[in-house]
Amino acid sequence: MDTAIQPVIEVQGLDLGYDGIPVLHDLNFSVNKGDIFIVMGVSGSGKSTLLKSMIGLKEPTKGKILFNGKSFWDEETQGQQNMMRGFGVLYQEGALWSSMTVGENVALPLELYTKLSKQQIQEIVALKLSLVGLEGHEDLFPSGISGGMCKRVSLARAIALDPGIIFFDEPSAGLDPINARKLDDLILELRDGLGATIVVVTHELASIFAIGNNSVFLDEVSKTMIATGDPKALLADSKDPRVIQFLTRGKSNEEQKSK
Amino acid sequence: MSGGLLGTSEVTSQLQSHPDIVQINFSAAPELKWDSGLVSFLLKLIRECGEKNLQVDRQGLPQEAQKLLALALKVHEKNVPIEKMHQSFLEKTGEKALRIDESIRSVLDFLGDIAGSFGRLMRGKVFFRWDDFMLLVKRCGVDTLLLVSLISLLVGMILAFVGSIQLKTFGAQIFVADMVAIAMVRVLSAVMTGIIVSGRIGASFAAELGMMQANEEIDALKTLGVSPVGFLVIPRVMALVMMMPLLTIYADLMAILGGFLISVGMLHLNPVEYLNHTQHAVKLNSVWIGLIHSFVFAVIIAVAGCLRGIQCERNAAGVGKATTSAVVTAITGIVIATAIITFICQVLGV
Repeated sequence: MDTAIQPVIEVQGLDLGYDGIPVLHDLNFSVNKGDIFIVMGVSGSGKSTLLKSMIGLKEPTKGKILFNGKSFWDEETQGQQNMMRGFGVLYQEGALWSSMTVGENVALPLELYTKLSKQQIQEIVALKLSLVGLEGHEDLFPSGISGGMCKRVSLARAIALDPGIIFFDEPSAGLDPINARKLDDLILELRDGLGATIVVVTHELASIFAIGNNSVFLDEVSKTMIATGDPKALLADSKDPRVIQFLTRGKSNEEQKSK
Repeated sequence: MSGGLLGTSEVTSQLQSHPDIVQINFSAAPELKWDSGLVSFLLKLIRECGEKNLQVDRQGLPQEAQKLLALALKVHEKNVPIEKMHQSFLEKTGEKALRIDESIRSVLDFLGDIAGSFGRLMRGKVFFRWDDFMLLVKRCGVDTLLLVSLISLLVGMILAFVGSIQLKTFGAQIFVADMVAIAMVRVLSAVMTGIIVSGRIGASFAAELGMMQANEEIDALKTLGVSPVGFLVIPRVMALVMMMPLLTIYADLMAILGGFLISVGMLHLNPVEYLNHTQHAVKLNSVWIGLIHSFVFAVIIAVAGCLRGIQCERNAAGVGKATTSAVVTAITGIVIATAIITFICQVLGV
């Protein structure tokens, strides 16, 4: 007998917009525990807007986003903040607090939400930094490290509180292929190590196929989702030319089939 | 292109005078040197011919020019409507008028947030980093001291010079001391300090928070469940509110010193008499009024700087605009607040 698995994230009938101008409408999808869920689409299709809504920065005009069955936007501020503590977010440019050192950046979530002593916090910070390969960099300021390192510190900060869901906004943007690949590997390792559910907004095909096992495809013209599922399965089975063009860097269905 | 672009008018007039022409052919010498100017001319010509239903055979053109023309004439899959960039004066004025209530509401919301966060801080429910706060105190105080010293000293000197011109005619030059002391202590020191601080500290608050907004650092705080007002704005407001009265008292002393130097050194007044007059002129009321000014200005500067920073658009131009706007808002606020406080003092007779 099948036991119904409760999805970690459920998006139901979601509409999003800015100043009354619709950006996306009628989004429905769910993300299961342990998924690496890719939000993909061409530039301007609303991927980042959807992410902002999922991480609590942009209220939807309609619909619900449920985390473990609880509707985020129907909660009071305190309830929302409690739910946000279960998220880790890696921003596109890292978004490290520039006035704090690397160590202080990773320590802040721990100082805020745990009762650990300074010594214990330092130990956790050292652990999280070593998980992203940056042990011993605690005393550097964000301005003194490279873009790739900033992203890794940001990842260490995102996983500081052992979140159940980690969101990545364009993790490979601005990284060379080798570092982008390393970050992909790190995402897989963290999913396995932390048992976290991961949502990645990206249009990097290499990353999509390397790490994604579920996805949603947003279309900028119809302003809604036009496909959902495993990206590899979408590439093999999708009949939609927009999806195939995207997943094959602009080739049409016929070109793809003749290959 | 260096010799200017070719016009299509001559060709068009030739075409009009020969209505029997149905097709245009091109012939280019192999050694022809051409650049984008030629392509631009051809593009315009081809479009005009298209409107008149004339055939254009591009075969005779250089291969590369044909490719560029094909690219320029390619119909793109979608035409994204280009946002109207230039608005007329009336449109801009109308839009700004419509947004007045929105901006008033945002200021009130922000003040409400600050009051709420301050209340939570008092109850110990806001995460407060003392190290950051002490750095801000240093920035608002020590780092501004040199500029405040110079400006206040000079304003004191200028006031003594200007005052002596009129007072000399009555043989009452010694009252320069009273004038400098009263004017500076009651209002001018606070105003001058306010203007310096809004340029130096208010602008830096706006730029700093604006950059944080552009770099998603503020979003990172929000997703951590931390209120940016409590974490970033409250320490800045508190640091400035703490340091502005001290800076104003320091500016009072520097201005009196400036007046003293001019009166004794150039107007040949008796130094002891000058100091006696100053001592009698400065009443405790005046000091309090000066301090009230400085407190109000500190709130205005810090709130304007932080508000503009938090409202900043997420790009470099936005940071520039936020900084300018913070200084303009603060200085306008200072002048309006000075007028209101002076009026109230007048009504109360203090």
